[in-house]
Amino acid sequence: MSATTTVSRKSTGRDGGPVTYFVALLFVGVCVAPVLYIVLGGFRTNAQITTDPAALPDPWVGANYAGVLTSSVFWGEFANSLIVALASTAGIVTLGLMVSFVIARYDFRFKGAMYSLFAAGLMFPMVIAITPLYLVIKDLGLVDNLLGVIVPQIAFGLPTTVIILVPFLRAIPNEIEEAAALDGMSRLGFFFRMVVPLSLPGVVTVGILAFVGSWNNYLLPLYVLNSQANFTLPLGVQVFSSQYSTDTAKVLAFTSLAMLPALVFFSVFEKRIVGGLTGAVKG
Amino acid sequence: MSDTLAPRRAAARRRGRTRLEIAVLSAPAVIVFLAFVILPVALAAYYGFYRWKGYGDPTDWVGLNNYRLILTDPAFHDVLWHNGLILVLSLAVQGPLAIGLALLLNRRIRGRSTIRVLVFVPYIISEVIVGTGWSLMLQSDGAVNGLLRATGLGSLEADWISDPDLALWTLMAVITWKYLGFAVILMLAGLQSIPDEIFEAAQIDGASYWQIQRRITLPLLGPTVRIWAFLSIIGSLQLFDLVYIIWGQYVSGTAGTSTMAIYMLAQGRNAGNYGYGSAVAVVMFVISLVVALIYQRFVLRRDLRGAVTEGTV
Repeated sequence: MSATTTVSRKSTGRDGGPVTYFVALLFVGVCVAPVLYIVLGGFRTNAQITTDPAALPDPWVGANYAGVLTSSVFWGEFANSLIVALASTAGIVTLGLMVSFVIARYDFRFKGAMYSLFAAGLMFPMVIAITPLYLVIKDLGLVDNLLGVIVPQIAFGLPTTVIILVPFLRAIPNEIEEAAALDGMSRLGFFFRMVVPLSLPGVVTVGILAFVGSWNNYLLPLYVLNSQANFTLPLGVQVFSSQYSTDTAKVLAFTSLAMLPALVFFSVFEKRIVGGLTGAVKG
Repeated sequence: MSDTLAPRRAAARRRGRTRLEIAVLSAPAVIVFLAFVILPVALAAYYGFYRWKGYGDPTDWVGLNNYRLILTDPAFHDVLWHNGLILVLSLAVQGPLAIGLALLLNRRIRGRSTIRVLVFVPYIISEVIVGTGWSLMLQSDGAVNGLLRATGLGSLEADWISDPDLALWTLMAVITWKYLGFAVILMLAGLQSIPDEIFEAAQIDGASYWQIQRRITLPLLGPTVRIWAFLSIIGSLQLFDLVYIIWGQYVSGTAGTSTMAIYMLAQGRNAGNYGYGSAVAVVMFVISLVVALIYQRFVLRRDLRGAVTEGTV
């Protein structure tokens, strides 16, 4: 390599050659093909799938998707998923922002302990707590109730939220707070009028992570929700696929419609999701 | 007297107000967190000492008997072994693949941002959907075998899900498919954070591309790799959704893919033995904690010190 090679920004030298493109294409293909299979399979008939499980639709059939889209079961579960995801996100963001503000900008004795408490929460994933958590939910009479999914999701979403938001809120310069105080603004006024807007990027990241996490959550709804009327989509997909285990095409249509919202959401917020995840991981 | 009292009283009032603000702002989060995260974890430790069906208060104290049963149950040894295999194989397969792909994708190629979005798709789709889709494709009359037939590799057709010799490898393939994109994106972010000046200096000193990767990129990528490995380890120990969806409680046992979390659900809630299930949760937690602490002590120490000081300033 000669000294005339220019180093591009954020790229370690070398342009990608044919090998690079080939491997990249192969990787992308492997990642996307199964997803395409699910989506395209929904446009086939069971007969088509039986004769050749790995072919394209021929002819294209819309009946499976139409069937799912006109079923009240799908839309009911869709609505449940949406309610649970929105309520969990709102709860996580509101409670998380409030407690992060206290930890980041107030001085009091238990500040460190409070931060450690939430940070320790990262050590307790839901899988570990699920059995007694189910009992707590049962004692509160929240079994088969969407609240029984929402409230625990808020609780388990708080550690990540606090870890992400506290540094964010600390970074707001003291001068802004002092200026606000000189203008006669109270600490709470400062919170609502300055902190909330200034921390919006962090809040959006946290909110997106909460929403996707809730949308995809399976374990907690599996324990808590019993009746189909209360099922969220992940439960719905599982039940649907065992109910219609002979109707593969319909299962594929149902499955791809269930993943569509997450995919749309992801493509809209892709930068923030990726940035948020890698940022959260790197601390 | 009153001169000194008035400001003091005002200060006390301010302090009271501050305390009130702290309480009002932090109470909801702290209460919810204590009630739904800390309490269940504490309860698991408590219930684990009882034989208890979940009705009324636990009264049948059995001491460490649940733990003795778990640790001597061959079925638990099996799931522990599976979790261990999954952990080691995840690191051994995904690590090198992710680093290699990230190095490749970090070169200047067209459509890089599109590629990034597309490789992240498997990660963003829920485990249930991934599991449902793959279990359909992997059935003996499914798309994978169909594809093998169509490409003349019909001799490789297999019963991917229920053949005990294959099932764990099938699971590893699905896990790799689902989580490799995340690892690659993480490594790419790590690569991007290495300052360009270092590469420029190395190039000026006449270092070749491969020398740069081996001597500079890989060591500087160390912190990212170590954090990724930590997440992968914890995820492997707690694996549940994918196995439960594709194999289910019973087939996973015979096919050899069951994990600790599956064992916990099957022996705990599904069998109505809440005391026993809680004890399994405690065992899982202790195993995860010990692994995490050992890893932090010996591998992550340097990285974490940096992260903690950065995170708190």
